[in-house]
Order: sequence, then structure tokens, then C-alpha cells
Amino acid sequence: MSNGFVSSIQTLGTLDGPGVRFVVFFQGCPLRCGYCHNPETQSMSGGKEYTADQIVSSALRYREYFGNDGGITVSGGEPLLQPDFVAEVFEKCHQNGINTCLDTSGCVINDKVKKVIALTDYIMLDIKFTNNADYENYVGCQLSKPLEFLRLADNMGKNVRLRQVIVPSLNDNDDNLLKLSQIVKEYSCVKTVELLPFKKICKTKYDALNREFLFDRYDAASPIKVKALQEKLNKLIK
Amino acid sequence: MYSENWNGFKSGVWQDEINVRDFIQQNYTEYLGNDEFLAGATERTNTLMGKLNELFKAERQAGGVLDIDTQTVSSLAAYPAGYLDKENEIIVGLQTDSPLRRGINPFGGIRMARQACEAYGYKLSDKIENEFQYRTTHNDGVFRAYTTEMRQARRSHVITGLPDAYGRGRIIGDYRRVALYGVDRLIEEKRKDKLNLEKGEYKTEQIRLGEELYQQIRFLEYMKEMAKIYGFDISGPASNTKEAVQWTYFAYLGAIKEQNGAAMSLGRVSTFFDIYIERDLKNGTLTEEGAQEIIDDFVMKLRMARHLRTPEYNELFGGDPMWITEAVGGMGEDGRTLVTKSSFRILNTLYTLGSSPEPNLTVLWSTALPDGFKRFCAKVSADTDSIQYENDDLMRPIYGDDYAIACCVSAMRVGKQMQFFGARCNLPKLLLIALNGGFDTTSGIEIGPKSDVMQGDVLDYQAVVKRFDKYLTWLAKLYVDTMNVIHYMHDKYAYEKTQMALHDTDVERLMAFGVAGLSVIADSFSAIKYAKVKPIRDEEGYIVDFVIEGNFPKFGNDDDRVDLIAKEITHKTITELRKTPTYRNATHTLSVLTITSNVMYGKNTGATPDGRKAGQAFAPGANPMHNREENGALASLNSIAKLSYDDCRDGISNTFSITPETLGREEDERITNLVTILDGYFAKMAHHINVNVLNRETLIEAYNNPEAYPNLTIRVSGYAVNFHKLSKEQQKEVISRTFHEVM
Repeated sequence: MSNGFVSSIQTLGTLDGPGVRFVVFFQGCPLRCGYCHNPETQSMSGGKEYTADQIVSSALRYREYFGNDGGITVSGGEPLLQPDFVAEVFEKCHQNGINTCLDTSGCVINDKVKKVIALTDYIMLDIKFTNNADYENYVGCQLSKPLEFLRLADNMGKNVRLRQVIVPSLNDNDDNLLKLSQIVKEYSCVKTVELLPFKKICKTKYDALNREFLFDRYDAASPIKVKALQEKLNKLIK
Repeated sequence: MYSENWNGFKSGVWQDEINVRDFIQQNYTEYLGNDEFLAGATERTNTLMGKLNELFKAERQAGGVLDIDTQTVSSLAAYPAGYLDKENEIIVGLQTDSPLRRGINPFGGIRMARQACEAYGYKLSDKIENEFQYRTTHNDGVFRAYTTEMRQARRSHVITGLPDAYGRGRIIGDYRRVALYGVDRLIEEKRKDKLNLEKGEYKTEQIRLGEELYQQIRFLEYMKEMAKIYGFDISGPASNTKEAVQWTYFAYLGAIKEQNGAAMSLGRVSTFFDIYIERDLKNGTLTEEGAQEIIDDFVMKLRMARHLRTPEYNELFGGDPMWITEAVGGMGEDGRTLVTKSSFRILNTLYTLGSSPEPNLTVLWSTALPDGFKRFCAKVSADTDSIQYENDDLMRPIYGDDYAIACCVSAMRVGKQMQFFGARCNLPKLLLIALNGGFDTTSGIEIGPKSDVMQGDVLDYQAVVKRFDKYLTWLAKLYVDTMNVIHYMHDKYAYEKTQMALHDTDVERLMAFGVAGLSVIADSFSAIKYAKVKPIRDEEGYIVDFVIEGNFPKFGNDDDRVDLIAKEITHKTITELRKTPTYRNATHTLSVLTITSNVMYGKNTGATPDGRKAGQAFAPGANPMHNREENGALASLNSIAKLSYDDCRDGISNTFSITPETLGREEDERITNLVTILDGYFAKMAHHINVNVLNRETLIEAYNNPEAYPNLTIRVSGYAVNFHKLSKEQQKEVISRTFHEVM
């Protein structure tokens, strides 16, 4: 029994896992992605303290909206920095028939995390880049980490949606698509890959935090171009 | 009675008595499929709609009113026939002799008619002025009887929007009766009722009803005369789809020629029409394309309906609305759905004719509705922002399965219940009057029980509650008394002959009161309770502003601490209202609905303890105050769902705006998610929701460049409007509302 630190709660999430979801954004992240759109969740201090029961009873107020597919999503920040707490939340969700979804960078792996994965119905993993140099430059960890995470998910028979933010000039190229498709083929847990356009509306958040938005120097990605890349990728996967 | 025109219909008690519900139950065909069967617009429909769009454009360019017949007092048979395109119309009949030409209806009040003419550059004819010199209007009657205090309440805007100068509306005739039975049978039944009435005691009640029945019968005769002007004999039942729609439309047309009620709703006609369509399809006399064409033509007629209003009226009820509300779908008491193919066809008009605020298409939502229909509704919502949803699972146990919606959210059994419409009272203003001991600082009017101005540097919650309750008790009695005056006079001088002829003689009456500013007053009490609210006083010692120290829970975040305050206030209000008896023993009901008057209410209300500045608009209906929702869309929905329909039987209006991106990635996903959200919201026993799926940017563009968005329709509070028809002030308020969106 531990308490969790939560940055915010969003009662209507439709992009954060299957169906309509109650999304809990955890406080604290070990990574510093250049395009992070939730910079307020990065700091390891702050956030509001919750018990698992509080989270679950809040989520239960929305169960009527979950339909067949929806449920709770833990996101962040990196929820896996608080694995005991997430595990407790997920366990209690299952006791109440709530579907669980984990939105993670896959960069934290330990025995406690394995327990969380076991309790997760659906995983969304941000595969930030497909080469190690970019991971080191713009994320602050090794590509091997998320791949190791995928191996784990594979072994545990989980379903994973990969997500990647497309940043013009960084990863909007064929080589990246090819590598992504190879990952999909290698890890049978990966069911879909979703490419997301890099947006800059989070800049106001950086301003409010008095921090520099490192990726401000890149152009926002055009949704039409990202859609074209997505179609290309879908073909490669087939 | 038997009519050949009923051949092919299953018999039932509906043949022996006036009972449209039984006819529907015996004969309708439920439809569980999807929208694939629908036909598009025909070339004829497109041509006609093109003509109509040109007229709408001309009306817009003329400043909102295309033309006024200033010579004629509007009534059923007062005008020669008028057409949009005589050769090509399938359903005929206009309010006057020319499309979009507005008639004069001075029975509610001659001043209003005169001012409305002047506002658009016309002059009410001497002929009408002279005629009405010797007539008492509803408005005359009311002002003769108003007490001093009623006038003050009106002037200070603590009770506003009272139907004391125009038709009260909110009455739905059972227009289907004319199609099913023909007018002669209806007259025969009314004659029987009159004879029965004469058998018993004959005092005030009976004398009044006796005269009313006489008038009802006379106006049914006028209805036949009106139809004859268009070359139709509606004395007998309709024999096919086209006639059924035409007869029903004539009945509705008669009502809007006779009355200029604030809301003149249609009822629940699509599943009724479907029975005729199914019969004709089986006979081989109609095709799907033909069926859609008839519905399209009917809806075109409804889109042409107009009343002449003053600019002041538009300030309350923006967008020139008629509230031709049509209730679609719902479930039957026997578990079958009342969704038919025609439920789809009427929604399909938003595609065949383009999106539009009228008719006010209202889906009666049940979690048990067939999935194909739910998905089609969600698709139409996302594409057109033109429909609203109300909880059939909540209303059916109370009103049965043949009820409809008057105006926005007022449920009533069709042909069996009617409503005395009662506008709304301004709760935040009442709180300020209470704090200031019976003085309204905004209008400078002394009103209500006299007491000291609230003392102390910090407002004490218990003391404020006690004070507010005392003033609420005072206002509730005054409010009921005022309504009694209004409806007494409306019955006396502007009785709805046509519409009441299409009700059972022994009708049940509801008296619908309303509150405005619910989220403002709930947040105000919450601030006083959970934060520190310091009053700021003017030189005379009156409280005119507030300083708030600390945080407090705000309505719209699924926080019981404040949500239950809102619930408690509505409970207290209806409880107090029930203590004063109503005219004609009407049942007291309460709504949380503002139309667009939330802007005007806010304008006339000083700063409130929740931090709202003087003059700032209230949120519409039961909505949380703009941009105070911090936990996302569903939290906001949950807060509103906590308000009790038992306390607010006249409806709880919620307007919900969400960006398409927030609803999902692809259309299919957005539809699924919207269906799931609606199912969830209504499973929480919420009453009503307007759904807008759009971006704020679109509205800003339309605000800056109205000509480019002539058909942009949005749901506001219980109805839909063409965005360009709102005043700039109303537009700004709509833009400032919360749009649920993802970062």
C-alpha cells in the first residue's frame, strides 16, 4: 500500500487507449524528450497525492461511459516510476471490472514493472525513434530499453499499440518507417502502430513553467503528410 | 366509425375513440437496421431548396425580416393561398400569401406588433390599429391585473421573459389527429364533450370550458376552410402518405397562423407518418425516394415558419426560433423501439436539405435504442451540430411512450397535457437582493422583504443561506401569483383555439417555472462556504462586489461539495413554488433552461460571490460556468447529471461542445465514442444534452465573416440556431464557452 503522485486527471480520453477512457497522468518522468507535450509532469516532485482507492473510486464514477472497450489509462509522466501504486490501482480496477491501459515509454524495467504488465489489459508504448543515436540525443535513454519492454510484453502475451511522434527532418523518412515495420514483425505483441504529428501547442506550457521548449526549432508536422506516412507504413507491415 | 381510408390498418380502440397512440402501437413497424436504405434528395427537392436558400439569403440581407403583411390580422383563413413553387411543391400551405412574409398577430399585445413592424421599417396599418382600439389583448389584461410588486419584479429583472406581451406557446396540438380522423370526427367528439359538460354543475370552471369548446369547434371549421383555400378537403381521414403529411401540416399551420407562441412545437409525427409510408410502399404506390421527398417537402415548409418579433424579444430568444420540436425515436412501453425508417428519414433531411436549426430535431435516447439508429444519430450530430438528445428512459416511466417535447426540454403527453409557460427567475440576482436587504443595486429598485444589509467583513455561510431561503420563499409566492395572472389573461384573451381543439377536452395542465444562473449561484455558495468571501460596499453601504480568498469547489468538476448545493437549490425552489396554488390547478414544474437569455440575465446582474464580474453572462441552462471545468468533459456531465429530474420536471438543459479531435481519430471511432458517452450520460439519469462537435476557430471565423457561413448551425440551450442570426454579444458568449479539447 503506497500513495501515488498524480499530475492531473482527465475524465474524457479518447486517444489514450481503446474506447472512452479515464486518464490519470502521473507525476515524474526519467526522460526529457524534446517534444514532450506534458512538461509539467516531468519533475519528480510535486503532483497531488492519492491513494489507490481514491483513484479507483473516482474512475468508478465514470464506468457508465466506458462502454465495451473503455476503462482507465495511466499515463504521465512515466507511471512505471510508481509501479507498486499502479499495480494496486490496476488490481482494484480488475476487481471492479474496469479495463486497464498503460501508456509508457517502456524505459523502466524491473520486477515490479513486470507485475504491472501482468495486470495490464492494453499497452501503448511510445517508440520515440528507431535508432539509438536519436534516443540518446533527444530522449535520454537507450533504444534497447523499449525493445526489451516489448520482449517482455511479448512473453506475457500482451497487446501493444506502438506510437511515434513524427518530427519533420528527424524521423519523417523511409528508413524510420522500414525500421518500425521491422519492429512490428519481430514482436508479435505489437498489433498496431500509430504515427502522430508533432505539434507545438504545448509551448504555452513551457512558457508557463519558464522553461525552454527545445523542439521549438522544428516545424510542426503536417497531419496530411503524417497520414501519408501512416499509409506507407501500413503497407510495409502488411 | 370506419373509413375506407383506413384499409390495411390493424383495427383497435383507436377507431372508437380519439387515440393516436393506440393506432401507432397497432400499426407501426419498428426498424432495427442502419441508414443504408436512405435515399438522397431528388432533383426537384434540390431545385426547391435552392429557391428557398435564395429567399433565406434575401431575408438575411433585408436585416432578418423579408416582408410583413401589415394589413391583415393573422388567422387560419385570413390569407389567400401562397406557394414557394406551386407546380413543384408536394406539401402546400404558408402562414401568409407569400413565402417568409410575416403576419401580424396582435392578440398577445398590440404594442409588440407595432414595435416589431417599426423595428424592420414597416408601419402597422391603421386598419389593424383601429380594430384593436376596441379589443382587449392578453397584454392589456395582464397589466390591468398586475400588482405593484409584480411590476417591480419585472422591472428589476428578477423574474424575466414573462409571456405577458406575446403568445405563451409551449402547447403541442396533437396534429396527427387531423390526418388520422379528419376534422369532422374531431368536431363530433368535441360536440359530445360539450353536451356532457352541460349535464352537470355549471359554474366558473364549466362555463369557461363551455366557451372554450365552442371556440375549439369553430376553429376546427376554420381549419377546413383554410385547407379548402389550398384545394383540399380535410373533413375525412387522410388516404395516403402525402395526405397524412399534408393534413398534419395543415393542423400545425392552423396553429401558427392563429398563435405566435414563443415555442410552437410539432410533437412526435415521424413514426406516425411511417405507418402510412409502409402501407404505400407495400401497395407499390410509393418508393423510398418518394417517401424521402414528401418528408423533405414537409420539413422545407417547417423551415419557412416565422413569427414577427421585436428586437427585445430576440435578446431573450436569439436566432428567430420557432422551436418546431419533433421528438424522434424512443422506446415503447412494450419493449419494442419506436424507431422506424421515418425516424431516419426525418434526420436525413439534415443531409438532403442541409443543416438547419428547424425543425428542432430531438432524439429521445434510450440505452435500449437499436445500435444502427444510435450510430446514425451520432453521425448526424458530428456532421451537422443540429440535434439534441433527451433521456427517454427517464421520461417514459412518467409520460408513457407517446409524449413529445415542447420548446427545448418540456415533456408532455401529446394531446393530453399542456403547459403554462413561465419563463424564469434570476437566482444570483435574488441572492444579491437578499444580501442587500431588499435592494437591487443594478436596477436601483427596492424589492422584497425589507431588512438590514448583510453585515460582517466575511460572508458567513449559514447566515447567507438563512437569508437567501427567506427571500426565496418570498419570490416563489410572487412568481406563482404572477404566472397565475398571466395565464388567466391568456386564456381569456388569447386562448389557443386550434391547438386545444387537438387535445383531449379533459386536459392536464402543467405550470412550468424556471431558474437562470444555477451554476453561478452554486459556485457563489461554494465560495462562501469553502473560501473566504469579503463583501465590498459602496458609499451607501450596499454590497456591490466581492473579494475571494482561497480556492473553492466549482460546479462542473464532479465534486459533490458544490454539485449537491446546486441540487439542493433546485429542490428548495420547486418546494417553495409548490406552496402557492396555481391557476386551473396546474402541476408545478421547474426547468433549468435559459435559451440565450443567459446573456441578458448576466447583463442585468451585479458581481456575484463566485468571482463573476457585474454584467458578465451566466452559463446557459444547467451548464457549469465557462472554463471552470478542470477535470474534463465527463466530470462536467456527471455534475449536471446529479440534478434531480423529480425536482426539475420541466427539464435540465446542458449544452456540450467538443472538438472533433477530442472525440476520436477517425469518423467511425468518433461515432462509437459519442454513442458511448451518450449511453453513459443517460445511464446516469441525466435529462438533456445538446451536442456540438466543432472547433472554436470555426465560430471565430463565422463571427468575423458571417456571409461565408450562412448555414452554420449550432446548438445553444435546448435549441439550435443559425450562428449568424445571433447578436454579436450572444455570439461572443457562445465562443467563450468551454470547448472540451485535447492538448
